Amino acid sequence: MTVHADVARRRITELLGSADEQILRRWSTIAQASADELRELYQALRNSLAHEGDDLTDVRGLLAELSRSRARQGYTPSDTARAVYSLKEAVYESVEDDGGADALRGFIWFSRLIDDLGLYTIETFATAREKVIMDQAEQLLELSTPVVKLWEGIVAVPLVGTLDSARTQVVMEKLLQILVDTGSEHAVIDITGVPAVDTQVAQHLLKTVVAARLMGAECVISGISPQIAHTIVTLGIEFGDIVTKATLADALAYTLRCSGIEFSERRHTRIAVRTEDA
Amino acid sequence: MERVPILKLGDILIISIQIDLDDQSVLALQEDLADRVVSAGARGVIIDISAVEIIDSFIGRMFATIAGMCRMLDAETVVVGMRPAVAITLVELGLSLGGVRTALNLEKGVALLDHLGDRGTPR
Repeated sequence: MTVHADVARRRITELLGSADEQILRRWSTIAQASADELRELYQALRNSLAHEGDDLTDVRGLLAELSRSRARQGYTPSDTARAVYSLKEAVYESVEDDGGADALRGFIWFSRLIDDLGLYTIETFATAREKVIMDQAEQLLELSTPVVKLWEGIVAVPLVGTLDSARTQVVMEKLLQILVDTGSEHAVIDITGVPAVDTQVAQHLLKTVVAARLMGAECVISGISPQIAHTIVTLGIEFGDIVTKATLADALAYTLRCSGIEFSERRHTRIAVRTEDA
Repeated sequence: MERVPILKLGDILIISIQIDLDDQSVLALQEDLADRVVSAGARGVIIDISAVEIIDSFIGRMFATIAGMCRMLDAETVVVGMRPAVAITLVELGLSLGGVRTALNLEKGVALLDHLGDRGTPR
């Protein structure tokens, strides 16, 4: 650091100290935030500038806190960054009053520092957002795969949402494990809740069916909507000898028949009732 | 070399694989089994692999060979008790057991053989 830069820097630090109430007031006006909210941040900034070595840990901690609380209040990350940047404007007014070359040179340095801090609030915001997304993805994976017992020896897996490799893997493992645990020989994979079927999803479904077959169980795929049937044929996907049904009810009826359970509708008897006018 | 025991239950032969199979024991098993099918006049063979954690292509082919051999001797082969992890690995590797029948467990395997015997026309 040159002597010039050092002097300039000290000048700014002095200005921040001597005109603190004025700067803080201007800052809170421009940033449209309460002075109390900014005071702590301002103090921390002054403290870290007063000490040599650019230790901005406290300031960053406070900024992260500010970024989080403002995000919760519905501010966009740009708003928060803009609030931080407005400190430059407040300080510049004091620099203008001072008018010295040192102060002006110091302002450049100060401005760069504030830029970094402003960017840091955006970074904090993005990190927090990312964490939320990752947590949600994990939760989605956990709750999205129920295996339902439909009948003795028949289980169903209603799939909801888009299928990707990770989810299909979870579904496959869970289904096969349930087949072993319950000794079920029939499984129905219901894809009513799957919005679209592409070659990859079809591949995953086929793999699941083949794996179940290797273990000695038969799978039926149900819930194929007209659009999906159209897509599958257009894409030229071969389902081979895998049984597919339009609705879960059809699939259940089919699997029941396969396991040798017969059912019949009760014959309706006609009852004639005549009401007489009172 | 360890030999896999072959158990006889009525007219069904049961092989329960409890050890890690190496190539030698696989070949010995195939020979022993062919002999036993003929001497016992078996109409069904059940291979229980519920204790097997790893199946490679060689063992996969063994099932197909045994099944083909037994079919020549008029006996049906059923592989029972495959673990989910094993099934997933086989599918991922693109291996199939080449037309071997499968069942979830030994009990269902026996039931399957009985069912086939009743029909009298095994496929």
